[in-house]
Amino acid sequence: MQIELGHYLILAGTLFTIGIFGIFLNRKNVIIILMSVELMLLAVNINFVAFSAYSNDMFGQIFTLFILTVAAAEAAIGLAILVVFFRAKGSINVEDINSMKG
Amino acid sequence: MSNENDFLYILPELILIIGALIALLIAGYKGKKSVGFVANFAIGLMVLAGIVSYALPNDVTRIFNGLLINDSYSIFMKILTLFGGAATLLMIKNFLQSRKLDQPEFIVLILFAIVGMMFMISSNNLLTLYLGIEMQSLSLYILAAFNRSSTKATESGLKYFILGALSSGMLLFGMSYIYGFTGSTSFDLIAEHIGKEGSSIGIIFGITFLAAGLMFKISAVPFHMWTPDVYEGAPTPVTAFFATAPKIAAMAMILRVLYSPFIEMGTDWQQIIVFVALASMVLGGFAGIAQKNIKRLMAYSSIAHMGYALVGASAFSDPGTAIKSVILYMTIYLITTLGVFACILGMKRGGDSFEKISDLAGMWRNHPLIAISLTIFMFSLTGMPPFAGFIAKYYVFSAAVNEGLWLLVIVGVLASVVGAFYYLRIIKVIYFEESKDAFDPMSIELKIVLGFATLFTIIFTIFPGSLLELAQNAAQSLN
Repeated sequence: MQIELGHYLILAGTLFTIGIFGIFLNRKNVIIILMSVELMLLAVNINFVAFSAYSNDMFGQIFTLFILTVAAAEAAIGLAILVVFFRAKGSINVEDINSMKG
Repeated sequence: MSNENDFLYILPELILIIGALIALLIAGYKGKKSVGFVANFAIGLMVLAGIVSYALPNDVTRIFNGLLINDSYSIFMKILTLFGGAATLLMIKNFLQSRKLDQPEFIVLILFAIVGMMFMISSNNLLTLYLGIEMQSLSLYILAAFNRSSTKATESGLKYFILGALSSGMLLFGMSYIYGFTGSTSFDLIAEHIGKEGSSIGIIFGITFLAAGLMFKISAVPFHMWTPDVYEGAPTPVTAFFATAPKIAAMAMILRVLYSPFIEMGTDWQQIIVFVALASMVLGGFAGIAQKNIKRLMAYSSIAHMGYALVGASAFSDPGTAIKSVILYMTIYLITTLGVFACILGMKRGGDSFEKISDLAGMWRNHPLIAISLTIFMFSLTGMPPFAGFIAKYYVFSAAVNEGLWLLVIVGVLASVVGAFYYLRIIKVIYFEESKDAFDPMSIELKIVLGFATLFTIIFTIFPGSLLELAQNAAQSLN
């Protein structure tokens, strides 16, 4: 079977959806949310590279490199905020992120 | 094509970046005691960048191989953003000490966020748009969680980060589809492709995701969940910053994306914008009623106001009028919000800050002038003539009427009546409730911003001329 553009898009779409569900269905740990976010960004990278390869245009791959860089910075900041939150609250359970409501 | 002249056009950004790096060095060598100096330095930089932006030629120029664009729209919005940033910094610089925010890095982060906003405003390519958004967002995540010892502040930072990362994921997913189905990320080439081949289901899919990501940045419903928590949890100086400059920049970016590459697909994206505007106005109107915390109330107020601004943005058949109405709305929103936050920052007794609406009780007896200013802002936010907020709503709704979006206009007017309830309740608390102790005297910086905002809100109706003209010019250059 020949692997076409559509297959890559389905793969990326599936990974992206898993990432979104990981954020909303997960009731346990904030680290899992960070992993889900990474999964979403990597799914987008597959999309960009696939489109780039099939349309013979390099820009998509350049975009991917930028996304990877920003994703690394984002993960660093996310973990830093998480550490600060753990120090203040003593827990990183999703259920404990609830001091403000309304 | 790219040449050395390109650097002339990003001179304001360069000033801010180099200045921010110098400020970072000063912060590194001098430590905490340099915070006052760094704040004044940053305000000076923003004023300088604003003047340079104003002096730049305002012809439509594409720079760095079309990655960025310079036109009178981008210049106007940049100056507005810089004004918002500088005014907020002026208001909050005396508060940094008392709120455990007395680190000069706080101010450096604000400068970097402003640079990100300026790139968002002048972007002409999906890549620069994304990088601008991330530069702004990453700085704002840290600012929200800056008060490290507070549970509320760190929680709001965490919530903002998670939802912000989700929204940039959706934004990127949309961008990838737009890239795939138009074959380019440049706004000009996307517009050319859509003009030639028409729309396709892949592009519509992309625009939907892109719009979801963008709506998050202006906190429009259904992507508003972070706003009330972040406004309430973050330290008040940070909230004041969140409510002003980032909103202007994000709205400017949304207009650019909708009206530059995707103007030919107006009928497709109009449905999204109409739905978001309806939902924001209604939710912002109703959810504010039950609030007791004035910062949380301002969050719902800002959600509603973004809805009204989007009402103007949805009238795409006459781009000039639509863009002009949104620019006006955002300018008036910015200045009124600055005034309200000057009052909120002034709610201190013996050095401690208060943020309950009930703390305003009987303020009229102790501080008649501030009470009158706050009353004027509340009337203006409601949209009551003769204050500036009325003119803003008038232009936005008349743009929608010309487009024939009657449902939007009727719901909008009804929602603003509902919203009037909570604005008027604040006025009732100020004038007709048992008086509490007086607040501490306001600092001179707060008085300046408060006085300017009050004056603007009152006299704008009488002399709208020059701002209208500027907005008109800016709107023309975009379409």
